[in-house]
Amino acid sequence: MASRLLWASRAASCLRISVSHRGFSTVLKDFKYCDSHEWVKVEGSSATVGITDHAQDHLGDVVYVELPEVGTPVTQGEGFGAVESVKATSDINSPVSGKVVEVNEELNNAPGLINSSPYEKGWIIKVEISDAGQLNSLMDADKYSKFCEEEDAKH
Amino acid sequence: MTIPQSQKIGRPLMKLIRLRGWPILQQLHIEEQLLRTSSENWCIINDGTREPTIVMGVSGKPAELLEIKPVLHDQVPVIKRFTGGGTVIVDGGTIFVTFICNKDAVPDVQPYPRPIMSWSSLIYNEVFQETGNFHLRENDYVFGNRKFGGNAQSITRGRWIHHTSFLWDYEIRNMAYLKLPSRAPEYRSARGHLEFVCRMKDYISRSDFIGRTIRVLGTHFSVEPEELEAIQTVSSTNFSPSSRLLTTQEIESALCEAESRKSLACSASS
Repeated sequence: MASRLLWASRAASCLRISVSHRGFSTVLKDFKYCDSHEWVKVEGSSATVGITDHAQDHLGDVVYVELPEVGTPVTQGEGFGAVESVKATSDINSPVSGKVVEVNEELNNAPGLINSSPYEKGWIIKVEISDAGQLNSLMDADKYSKFCEEEDAKH
Repeated sequence: MTIPQSQKIGRPLMKLIRLRGWPILQQLHIEEQLLRTSSENWCIINDGTREPTIVMGVSGKPAELLEIKPVLHDQVPVIKRFTGGGTVIVDGGTIFVTFICNKDAVPDVQPYPRPIMSWSSLIYNEVFQETGNFHLRENDYVFGNRKFGGNAQSITRGRWIHHTSFLWDYEIRNMAYLKLPSRAPEYRSARGHLEFVCRMKDYISRSDFIGRTIRVLGTHFSVEPEELEAIQTVSSTNFSPSSRLLTTQEIESALCEAESRKSLACSASS
């Protein structure tokens, strides 16, 4: 078991994936994270946003995604859409401010992509960022992993 | 019944609104407004609603969930609410109980659907302590294996709402407006509505249920009655609730959609 975990950590390191000590949730090293469990991947002035593996695991099977319209302004820390799972709607909050330039229409037919591929095929919106400085207030992968561990340990 | 002052120390404040026969759409509007614009904890109890109304969850599709022709013919109002979950038909025999909480008011409860559902079931475990083999079963409240309470939630950044429609009594004919849902709990085992649900009135009186709920709540929160008028006078004019009544046109479109699905299914099987 210990050697398998060590192998997994080394493989994860090559793939730029962090696996938490408990191995429950995945985080990706190059992404940024906020305390409401959304991730953002920044490329120039464009950002892709989704919810984390930790969030999808706690939410349960996603059966519906409420997407914003292209052109909608988003504000850091405020809701722009929602997911439905286990009879609950849960707000999705934007980690950055800007304007929605693309939404993942695949989620209309396959909302479960958020569960099966939270960091790739389950992306939710793309945003044209209006204030790159806001990224400094977000957590990196290590800080976010620790944040999730602390949150789970409280309950 | 009043809780001795000494017992109130250390418990978070919860404001209690008691309504009777309040229209369900207005109740949903008040709830959404309080969830989004208030910073207090609330319990809302609405003892029955005036007219039979169908209430679907946020993602509900009328063509899949309703028997559209009788709904249109009998002009049954259809509402899409802001929370998740399934479809119910509510009327004067339905008792609504809603909890709206700051996540910090119940710090042992993670603000996700299952922990919130578990927390609420603990409250009702106490309410139904000596009544009818109550438990939470796959997100429903049941006596034995028969559902009498349906739940739904909405979770925001720092707050959440958990509301329940309790079938204290129901009209058999109203169940005919609802189809068997494709997404159903396993324990339902494809039972029709009448074999799946039960009436709470066979187990407890209305006044006992409401009284016990308030009493149990008082052991977890410091409960203070609030008048609805006090909320309405300070209502946020910037807030627009999302729960809404579907138009006749929308329901008629759903009928066309349902009929075209049926004819596609017939062509596929012939």
